[in-house]
Order: sequence, then C-alpha cells, then structure tokens
Amino acid sequence: METARDILNEPGAPVVLFDRVQLAFDEKVVLRDLSFTLLKGHTKIILGASGSGKSTILKIITGLLRSDAGVVWVNGQRVDQLTEAQLMDVRDDLGLIFQEGALFDSLTVRENVGYKYYEETDMPLEQVDARVKEVLGFIGLVEHLDKMPSELSGGQRRRVAIARAMAFKPRILLYDEATTGLDPITAITVNDEVVKLRDLEGVSSIVVTHQLRDAFYVATHMAVRDASGQVRVVPATPEKCEEAEFIMLKDGLICFEGTAEELRRATDPYLQTFLS
Amino acid sequence: MLPFIENRLKQAALEVQEYVRLVTAAIHAIFTRPRYTYDIVQQFDTIGVGSLTVVILTGFFTGAALCSQSGLTLDQFGARPIVGRLVSASMVKELGPVLTALMLTGRIGSGIAAELGSMVVTDQINALRALGTDPIRKLVVPRMLAGLFMAPALTIISDLMGIFGGWVVARFQLQVSSALYWSSVTDVLYVQDLYQGLIKPFVFGFLIVTVACYVGLRTSGGTQGVGKATTIAVVAGSVAVIAADFFVTQFLVWAIY
Repeated sequence: METARDILNEPGAPVVLFDRVQLAFDEKVVLRDLSFTLLKGHTKIILGASGSGKSTILKIITGLLRSDAGVVWVNGQRVDQLTEAQLMDVRDDLGLIFQEGALFDSLTVRENVGYKYYEETDMPLEQVDARVKEVLGFIGLVEHLDKMPSELSGGQRRRVAIARAMAFKPRILLYDEATTGLDPITAITVNDEVVKLRDLEGVSSIVVTHQLRDAFYVATHMAVRDASGQVRVVPATPEKCEEAEFIMLKDGLICFEGTAEELRRATDPYLQTFLS
Repeated sequence: MLPFIENRLKQAALEVQEYVRLVTAAIHAIFTRPRYTYDIVQQFDTIGVGSLTVVILTGFFTGAALCSQSGLTLDQFGARPIVGRLVSASMVKELGPVLTALMLTGRIGSGIAAELGSMVVTDQINALRALGTDPIRKLVVPRMLAGLFMAPALTIISDLMGIFGGWVVARFQLQVSSALYWSSVTDVLYVQDLYQGLIKPFVFGFLIVTVACYVGLRTSGGTQGVGKATTIAVVAGSVAVIAADFFVTQFLVWAIY
C-alpha cells in the first residue's frame, strides 16, 4: 500500500498546498482567500506589489506566522495546526532565504552555513566542515569560509544565505526577494543558483519577488550538466518552462496564475501595468 | 478618555501576559532538551567576568563614600570607631545588591536588549526558528542562567570591595585603626543579614535579564526600535530592581528575622 511519504516522493507530488488561507493584521487584510499548490521539483513564482503579502506566504509555510483561517499542507503535514516544537521537523525539509540574507552577524561564513549541523546535530565536525565546503563550492564562495558576513558584498551575503538554507539538503527552498537591491550581474549569479538547485538537486522552489526580470529568468532557464561535468545555465525547453508557474497577488487574492508565456500574453490592465 | 485608559490597561495586561509566557517557556526550557551549553558558558563569561570591573569600582567607591559620610555623622555622637558596622551592614543588606543590580542593568540589560533587538529587526530570530532552533533555548535561557547565578557572585565581590573601600577611608582619612574597623565590620553582621544580601541578587539578576530579553525580543521598527528597546530595558529593569528590593526586603524581614 502506498503511504503519504511514498506519494510525496513521486515526481509531481504536491509538496506545498494552500487551501483558502486567510490572514489579517488588525484591520488590514493581507491574504483574503488564497489557494495554490506547489508540485515536487516545480517552481512557483509569486509576484505582487510591496505589501501584497508575498513574504507572508513564505512565513506561513515555515510556521513563522499562523494563518487566521484555511489549511496549509507542507510535505504532507498540516502546519497550521502544529506546535512550535512539532514545526521543527517540518522545517528540516524547508530552506528559507530571507530578504536581506539574515546571516548571523557574530558567526563566520563557515559557522553560518553549517549552523544547523553544528547546533542541532551530533555530526562529527570534520563531516560538517566537508559539507560546508561542498555547499560553498556549489555557489562558488569556498574561499570566503572564515570571513564574517560584514566582510562580504551584498550579492555574496545572499549567496551565503542560499548556501545556509541548502546545507541541510531541504527538498523545498523558499526565496524571499533574493535578488532585490542587487546589481543585474550579481542578480543573475543568484538566479543561476536558484535554477541549479532546482534542476540539479531536485529542489522544489517558491520564489517571491517583484523583480520581473529575475522572475522570468528563473522561469525560462534550466541548468544542465554537459558531458565534461560542467554545469551550464541555458534557455529552458518548453516542457521545462511549464514547470515554473507565476502567481500574481492583488488585494490578498490571486489575480493571475499561469506560465511565463501566459503572463506575457495576459491582457488584464493590472498585469499590463505591472509588466510594463 | 475612558477608551484611552481602557486601551492602556489592556496593553499593560498584554505585556504582563507575554512576559509571563516568555519566563514560563524559559524556565521549562531549562529543564528540557536541547540545551546550548556553549552559549551558557559564554553568557556566564560575558555577564559575569565582563561585569567584574564595573562592579569592583562601584563597590569600592560606594563603600569609601559611605564610610566618609558616616564618619562625619558618627563623629557627632563620638561613635567614629564603629563606622565599620555601618559600612558592612549597609553594603551587605542594601547597597551592595541594589547598586550591583543597577550597574548590571546598565551594562548587560542594555546589551541584551540591543543584541536581541538587532537580531529581531534583521530577521535573525526568524532565521534561527527557520533553521530549527528555539530562540528561547538558544538566547534567553543562557542569559537567564547567567543573570541568575552571576548577580549574587558579583554582589559578594561588590560587598567585599565596598567594605575594603570603607577600610581605606576609615584607616587613612578617619584614622580608625584597622583592627577596630575589621572587628566592627563583623560584629554587626548576622546570618540573616547575609541571607538577605544573597537572596536579593538572585531576584534582581533574574529580573534584569528576563526584562531585557523580553524587551529585546519584542523590538519592532528598525534601528530606531532597537534604540527604544535599549532605553526601555534599562528604565524598566532599574525600576523593577528598586521595586523588587522593597518587596523582597519586606518579605525577608517578615520571613527570616
């Protein structure tokens, strides 16, 4: 008999599900009636104006905030009903990249990236070090191992934040404005990491942004490993493009849901204004 | 006017409720796993060893000033030789615990509120939670234990330095002989006084740290909010210490004398 875990391991299984989620802060309604599903290995790109509740969605998924109503499933568990202690298990499989990185400023890059292993596991230090180097190697920052976050550039800090989130090998990564405030070149470097993690590591992703250029880049590119083992980020095939879905938020509701191509062809005046 | 008062009262009740929740969660976390031993040791060092200089200086000069002032008053009754009694009784029962606690509020209360407040506004607390760490276990418990145990230790040092400062003034300014001073220091001290001087710092240390942690973790409003939290932590901590001093004194006088 197939168990919930077996189902979740199948390609295209629903790993995050929002069902009629509502949230308000005092008088201000942030999420009115939100429903969507993230499938395993897919990307959900959430667009919207500032204050539209994009980051709130990520906080609800990780249990940092609780919804007022509705159901939230993450990896087969109803996170809206779990206690803080129970949420710790769910968070093992989630990586959240915060807007400004949120690196621990009193710890080195090595300690930041290996934080969860150092603090929450009994893994031998040599193994933790090896994993930290492996992850930093993946994002090309291994030479900054012993630097403090304050010694890094903005782009490097975001990439270290990605490394920290992926170090524990979560199956879902949540990016909260990972490229906001970065120059275009650095933003592409960060976007490439998002694409590589999705396509090479099989990570399901939710990307929250209002940077359209970065959103389309992630949706329309894919990472491939060539015969020599070299990783390249190339324009995605039409099938791969289908795996990235856009959600546009407006007034706490989803006003558009579809692929990059469908978003480009949308005629809704609000979407047109947003895209222009 | 009434709705305003009602809102303020509700706000105050909410603050008390949240403070009690934090303290309860922290006490529960002391007795359950996981424990962050390294952080506990680090906080003992930061709060205890780090505050040593300020406590030594405060104790010494308080004792010296107290002796100098008392000497003048006692002269009126020809009782200068018993100045040591006054210094030791005042330092051990009242001035040592309270002044040490106030110095700790200024030094560690503000530091804790600023540190935790900065972590809140830069999302580091949320990052901790997202990485599977309970901020209460990782941040509050080590500080609470350090405050609880280092405040009494620092108070003892402060008391001794105060009595020593008193001796310096008694010997070289008031010309009281050392033997007379030291014998009068111990003459007046009863075990109950020592209890009083040792129980108070436990309460003060607990209050200073928990108030600072609570204020720090409730910070909002960016860097301006951090500054505000720091001020609130020092003011609320100082008032809490002085108010607690009165109530604890009343209780101890009733309970142990």
